[in-house]
Amino acid sequence: MTVALVRTGGDSVPAVSPDSVIDIRRLSLVFPTADTPVTALQDIDLAVGRGEFISFIGPSGCGKTTLLRVIADLERPTSGEISVNGVSPEQARQNRAYGYVFQAPALYPWRTVVRNVTLPLEIMGIAGAERVERAARYLDMVGLKGFERKFPWQLSGGMQQRVSIARALSFEPELLLMDEPFGALDEITRDRLNVELLRLWEKTGKTVIFVTHSIAEAVFLSSRIVVMSPRPGQILEVIPCDLPQGRTLDARETPQFLEIAHKVRVALRKGHSYDD
Amino acid sequence: MTTEALVGARPARPAASAALWHRLLPLVTVLLIIAVLWYAAAIGLNSQRVRDQLNQTGQSWTTADLIAGTWSMERPVLPTPDQILREFWKTTAETPITNKRNLLYHAWITASATLLGFVFGTLLGIALAIGIVHVRTLDRSLLPWIIASQTIPILAIGPMIIVVLGNIGITGLIPKAIISGYLSFFPVTIGMVKGLRSPDVLQLDLMHTYNSSESQLFRKLRWPASMPFLFTSLKVSISISLVGAIVGELPTGATAGLGARLLTGSYYGQTIQIWTALLMASLLGAAMVYVVAGVERVVIRQMGQRA
Repeated sequence: MTVALVRTGGDSVPAVSPDSVIDIRRLSLVFPTADTPVTALQDIDLAVGRGEFISFIGPSGCGKTTLLRVIADLERPTSGEISVNGVSPEQARQNRAYGYVFQAPALYPWRTVVRNVTLPLEIMGIAGAERVERAARYLDMVGLKGFERKFPWQLSGGMQQRVSIARALSFEPELLLMDEPFGALDEITRDRLNVELLRLWEKTGKTVIFVTHSIAEAVFLSSRIVVMSPRPGQILEVIPCDLPQGRTLDARETPQFLEIAHKVRVALRKGHSYDD
Repeated sequence: MTTEALVGARPARPAASAALWHRLLPLVTVLLIIAVLWYAAAIGLNSQRVRDQLNQTGQSWTTADLIAGTWSMERPVLPTPDQILREFWKTTAETPITNKRNLLYHAWITASATLLGFVFGTLLGIALAIGIVHVRTLDRSLLPWIIASQTIPILAIGPMIIVVLGNIGITGLIPKAIISGYLSFFPVTIGMVKGLRSPDVLQLDLMHTYNSSESQLFRKLRWPASMPFLFTSLKVSISISLVGAIVGELPTGATAGLGARLLTGSYYGQTIQIWTALLMASLLGAAMVYVVAGVERVVIRQMGQRA
C-alpha cells in the first residue's frame, strides 16, 4: 500500500508510486461566478494506491464532491495535475476506468431494475446474454435477487440505491467513486449497506473513493480518511485508519475505533471556522 | 363458477352501478342545463322571423304557436339540438355511405387530410426539436421563426398555400395536409424541446461517466424521457390538425369534406347543415384525441409508469 502523499506547505513534490491509481498535485478549481470567483479546491495533493478505501470527509461546501467529480472528469480543474490510472481523467473516463455512484440513485424510471443494471453494458457493447448474466450476478450481490422485473418506483430508497451500486459494479471497473451514496437513507439501512460495501471491497480488492459527512461511516469503512475544510476547499489532514479486516458493526464500539473517530473530529473542528 | 362466487358477486352490482351513476350525474346535469339554455336561446334568436311569418298569415296566434315555430324552422338562426341530431342521423345512417350527401363520407375526406397533416406536423415537429436541442445555433435562430409562424392567422396563409401549390400542380389532399401540418408541428416542437431537455443533471452525468456517444445519449435517455411530453403535445396537435384540414377546405371551393359542408351551408343559409357538420367535426376530433390517449396509455404503461 502506498504512503499518503499530503503536504500542507508544499515545497518538494514526492515521488509517485507506480502503484498509485490516482495522483493529484497542486490541483485547484475556481468556479467563476457573477460577483467573486469561488475557490472550490485549493492546492490539493493526494495519491491513492491500488486497493485502498479512501473517504473524503468534511462539512458542506468543502469541495469533497467537487474533488470526486474532478477525478471522474465531470469537472475540469483550473490548475494543477491529476492522473487516474496514469492517464488524464478524460482518457480514464473514455477507458471506462471507474463506476460512479451518485447521491441519488439516478435510475431511469422507464427501465426495469435489471435493465437499469444492464444500461452501462448496453452502452459498452456487451452481448445480450452476458448482460443478463452479469446483471443477475450483481443484483444478487446487493441482495436484490427476485426484483429484476420491478420498476424503480416499486422499490424503497435503500433498494434503489443498491440497484445503482449494482449498476456501477456491472461493468467491473477497478475504481469505484461513491458520492454520499447512503446519505439519504435511514440509519438502519445505512448500517447494513455499509457492511455490505465493506464485504464487497474486501472480496474484490477494488479501489474505492467514498464521500461522506458521517464520521462513523468514514472510520468504519476506510483505510484512510481525508479530512477537508471549506472556503477554500482544501485537505486538512489524512488520517490512517487501520481497523482489522473483517470488521463488523460492533467494531464501532472498540477503543481503537473511538480513537480514530476522535482524531477525525478534532481535525474537522480545526478546519471549521464560525466567523462567517 | 361456484354458487358462493355468484352470491358473493351479487351485492357488488348495485355498488358498481351507483359508482357509474356518480360519474354520470355531473355530466347529465351539465347536458341538461345546456339543453335548457339552448332551447331558450333558440326561442329568443328565432322568434322575430317566426313572429313576422305568423303575422303575415293574418290569423291570431298564441305563444305556444310561436315557440313551436321557433323550434321547427327550416333555416333558423339557431337550430335546436333535436333538429341537429335528426339531420345528423339522416345524413349518416339513412344515406348510403357512397352517397356524396353522407356526412361520414365528408368526415373521411377531412380525417384523411387531418391524419396526413398530423404525420407531417409530428415528424417536422420532432425533427425541429432534435435540431434545436442538439445544435446551439438552431436554438438561437430557429425558435423565433417557429413562434412567428404561429402568429400568422391560418385563415390568411391557408389560401396562399393552396394557390401556390395549385400553381405547381399539387392539389387535393396534400395542400390541406400541409396547412394542417403547419399548425400541428408547433406544439410538438415546443413539447419535444422541453421533453428532450427533461433529463436531470444526474441522469446526464451518468451517461457521461459511461462515455456514451451522442446517439446513445439520445436513444437511451433523451428520447424515452421525452415520451410523456410527446403525447401531451400529440393530443393538442391532432385536434389542431383537424382545424387546419377544415380551414384548408374552405378557400378551395372544395366539394367534399367537412369544411366544404360548412361553406355550402353558409352559402345557402343552411344553418342546420352547418351545425351538423360542426357536430361531426367535434366527434371526429374527440375520437382522434381518444385514440392518441389510448396509445399513450399503452406506451406509458410499457415504460413502467403509473398511467
